[in-house]
Amino acid sequence: MPTPSRYWREIPQRYRLEAAKCKNCGYVAFPPRLVCPRCQSRAFETIILSDAGKIVTYTIIRVPPQPFSDQAPYAVGIVELDDGVRLTGQIVDCAFEELQIGKRVKIEFRKVSEEGEAGVIYYGYKFVPA
Amino acid sequence: MREVAVIGVGMNKWGELWEKSLRHVFTEAAILALDDAGIDKIDSLIVGCMSSGLFIGQEHLSSLLADYLGQVPVPAARVESACASGGLALRMGFIEVASGMSDVVLVGGVEKMTDVNGHEATFALGTAADQEYECYHGITFPGLYALIARAHMEKYGTTREQLAMVAVKNHDNGSLNPLAQYPFKVSVEAVLNSVMVADPLRILDCSPITDGAAALILCPVETARKLKKPVVRITASGMATDTIALSSRREITWIESTYQAAKRAYAMAGKKPEDIDVIEVHDCFTIAEICVMEALGLVEKGKGGKAVEDGLTSLHGKIPINTSGGLKAKGHPVGATGVAQAIEIVKQLREEAGPRQVKGARVGLTQNMGGSGGSSIVHIFERS
Repeated sequence: MPTPSRYWREIPQRYRLEAAKCKNCGYVAFPPRLVCPRCQSRAFETIILSDAGKIVTYTIIRVPPQPFSDQAPYAVGIVELDDGVRLTGQIVDCAFEELQIGKRVKIEFRKVSEEGEAGVIYYGYKFVPA
Repeated sequence: MREVAVIGVGMNKWGELWEKSLRHVFTEAAILALDDAGIDKIDSLIVGCMSSGLFIGQEHLSSLLADYLGQVPVPAARVESACASGGLALRMGFIEVASGMSDVVLVGGVEKMTDVNGHEATFALGTAADQEYECYHGITFPGLYALIARAHMEKYGTTREQLAMVAVKNHDNGSLNPLAQYPFKVSVEAVLNSVMVADPLRILDCSPITDGAAALILCPVETARKLKKPVVRITASGMATDTIALSSRREITWIESTYQAAKRAYAMAGKKPEDIDVIEVHDCFTIAEICVMEALGLVEKGKGGKAVEDGLTSLHGKIPINTSGGLKAKGHPVGATGVAQAIEIVKQLREEAGPRQVKGARVGLTQNMGGSGGSSIVHIFERS
């Protein structure tokens, strides 16, 4: 089980969608990086990602990892945001038969999972139909 | 660099080996390899293992396994690159012999996966993906490959039946391999009616959870020439990395690390894809074999599914792939897989593959892959 510090340090990404934009070539890294994979520059500025995009691919998880046992079946997809960055996350509030590659979605802040009934609750982004 | 040969191979039957511990499973395979080579001493040991810490709560495998093989104080190393740990062990052993650092190296791979329950095994395997940005959101390994499969079907028209045909072919081959975990045939209907795991992938699209080990003995070619067996040389080792997060890749359906590793291996051996007679690839899921065929340059991009349907990759096809049964039928003890792939190729090139023999095979290739393609390792073998 991770310590609270691991969770806190990921909050800027999970709560605010903060990414790092390379000052040299414009590459947007999410999660943020210290070295640009495209030009090896180390100079970045913090930007906030767009909260809308489209589904690149998706699946429905029927055999889940333990923390997600109560949620299965649920949809997970890779979404390309309008600024070109791709994220993996759950697609919710959408009937499975309405899932489609290319479908427009937007990001909402939701509960992702929890450590049992009395444990830590993990929050983060999920995708919902736009 | 010195030329390197494989002079010994060892593998026992894979499966749910509840009555044996990891050290026992490994040592049995290593003994078979030593006996096959006709030696009882080695200069160095390298073992690939993905996650003995999570599966059995044991690290420091290098010394443990050297000890149980009766080889202390030889130097020993355990290497890890997720499901490509075995391939990485082979690459490190190859480099060690080629460099002149050691003469006789035992390359092993091992994983003991059934000592934990399904949830714990799922978690351990999930560590090959990005824990903070993939697994956090509830994705699993079948889920990641399902994302690839869905995109491949949409982009290239790959069909659900074509995916099933990969499993059917590999089980056909596996039914001829007595060491396979599941040495039986399956039909397309059986695959299509099996339990859904992560749409569109079903349980018979997935490689199983397996206990098993495999071992090879490497030495310089000059030493190998003094022995009575046919000499099988390793003529290339290529490796490449990529992002471990699938979402960070430009093209979801293209395994760039395999393409890059193969490019390096083909250049090193002076071979082209059409020169290869027999191939073992990392079919952890049916879609993986299709993507890997494309990245190895065996078929055009997007044509992998059609090639399987046309029988191109079956045992008596133009490019036999996974004659051993592949990960699908033979089993997938993750750290051992890359080493076992090399064993099948060595057997094919020595013409010891029995009913699975590809006639006249002279050049073979193995492709071993970590995670959803975050690492790939390609080796080329030739019979002199």
